[in-house]
Amino acid sequence: MLSKRIIACLDVREGKLAKSVKFVDTRDIGDPVARAREYYEDGLDELVFYDITASSDKRDIMLDVVEAVAEQVYIPFSVGGGIRTVADANKLLWAGAEKINVNSAAVQRPELIQECAFAIGSQNIVLSIDILKVAKSLRLPSGYEVVINGGRTPTGLDALAWALRGEALGAGELVVNSIDADGTKQGYEINLTRMIAEAVSIPVIASGGAGKPEHLLEVLTEGKADAALVASMLHFGEYTVSGLKQWLHQQGVKVRLKY
Amino acid sequence: MKMLIIVDYDAGNLRSVLRACDHVGITARISADPADVMAADRLIFPGVGSAESAVDTLRERGLDEAIKGFFKTGKPMLGICLGSQIVLDYSAEGQRDCLGLVEGVVQKFDLPDKALKVPHIGWNEVEFVKPHPLLKKLQSGDEFYFVHSYYARPASANDIYGTTDYGGQFCSMLGRDNLFATQFHLEKSGEKGLSILAEFGHWDGSV
Repeated sequence: MLSKRIIACLDVREGKLAKSVKFVDTRDIGDPVARAREYYEDGLDELVFYDITASSDKRDIMLDVVEAVAEQVYIPFSVGGGIRTVADANKLLWAGAEKINVNSAAVQRPELIQECAFAIGSQNIVLSIDILKVAKSLRLPSGYEVVINGGRTPTGLDALAWALRGEALGAGELVVNSIDADGTKQGYEINLTRMIAEAVSIPVIASGGAGKPEHLLEVLTEGKADAALVASMLHFGEYTVSGLKQWLHQQGVKVRLKY
Repeated sequence: MKMLIIVDYDAGNLRSVLRACDHVGITARISADPADVMAADRLIFPGVGSAESAVDTLRERGLDEAIKGFFKTGKPMLGICLGSQIVLDYSAEGQRDCLGLVEGVVQKFDLPDKALKVPHIGWNEVEFVKPHPLLKKLQSGDEFYFVHSYYARPASANDIYGTTDYGGQFCSMLGRDNLFATQFHLEKSGEKGLSILAEFGHWDGSV
């Protein structure tokens, strides 16, 4: 039986690990490579790196991070942030990333998903969707809207419709990131996650809001997520990967315990 | 000089396999040249992507005949993911004839349970059907990382070394003589995956 995955999310700014709250305040909290290795050794299933470097001239630092991680960590990892073309994606794959993660650029130009799927295979394309809860309307029937640019810009796109379109265009996995829940530590957006997980036939990774183990349990069962993304729970040392997995196992969730 | 060749047929991230080889202390080189394949001491053919383009590229480069020739020499070969599928006779992906080193076909998951997503992505258990020298540091039930929509169906149970449950049991490790192959990405399956690679580095090809 397939295990539920615990995925650690590392926001990297100019080569350093950062943690944001509601996508606004960020502060640096250390070396992403050392952190990746530590989590790997403690049984992490997968890693996601988001390059949140503001200036494009410093983006190449990310390639060095990817390269260094790939030399030390032998689990899958994806990289996102600033991928606008197949050439950008290829650079990261060549540096050692397993998958690439597209977000705003795919909203602005949906063909990017198709082009990447064709060039590097659907299984290597993760579509991340940043989502805000809104009033249900004709234009936004699911009651959730896609936002871009780190949650600042509304798009008028319905989140469920965009998830389905992303799948049709060739995304291999979806990250459903609730901007409302992000950084709050009050739990994942269960309704949103379940709605999308039930509608698509590709794996769904829940993101935003994890603060305690119960939140992971909730989203992996009730929320029907295939994987749960965690960040600050691990980064600030409150919880460990192995501790979280042991606890989930005791609650009856199938997780990988031997590594 | 002893040489392990990682076969380059434009199918996926060969560098991650090369990196994993380095990490476990195996000297390896990536090559698309049939002459290198024939001269190699050991061979790895990794792969992600579609069987269709993989098989076509192998043929264009003359690598199909080189790999078949290599298999007959009895020297150790390791297939990974797509590389474990194209050793069979035929793949439903693109309706391609494959290398035919092991009798059987490759087909797509057809799962009535809609909660089971395709591709099968993530960590899953492998039940060992019988022992193999490459598995000696591992235990039946260990988990490995999978990413695939198609799976191998060897015609003979003798060629099956491991199975995995995903809406029913499918063959996740196969082998015959000097060939061993895993559907999972052993280069992305943590220390357990790396141990298969490390054993492969000094396997003599006999079972």
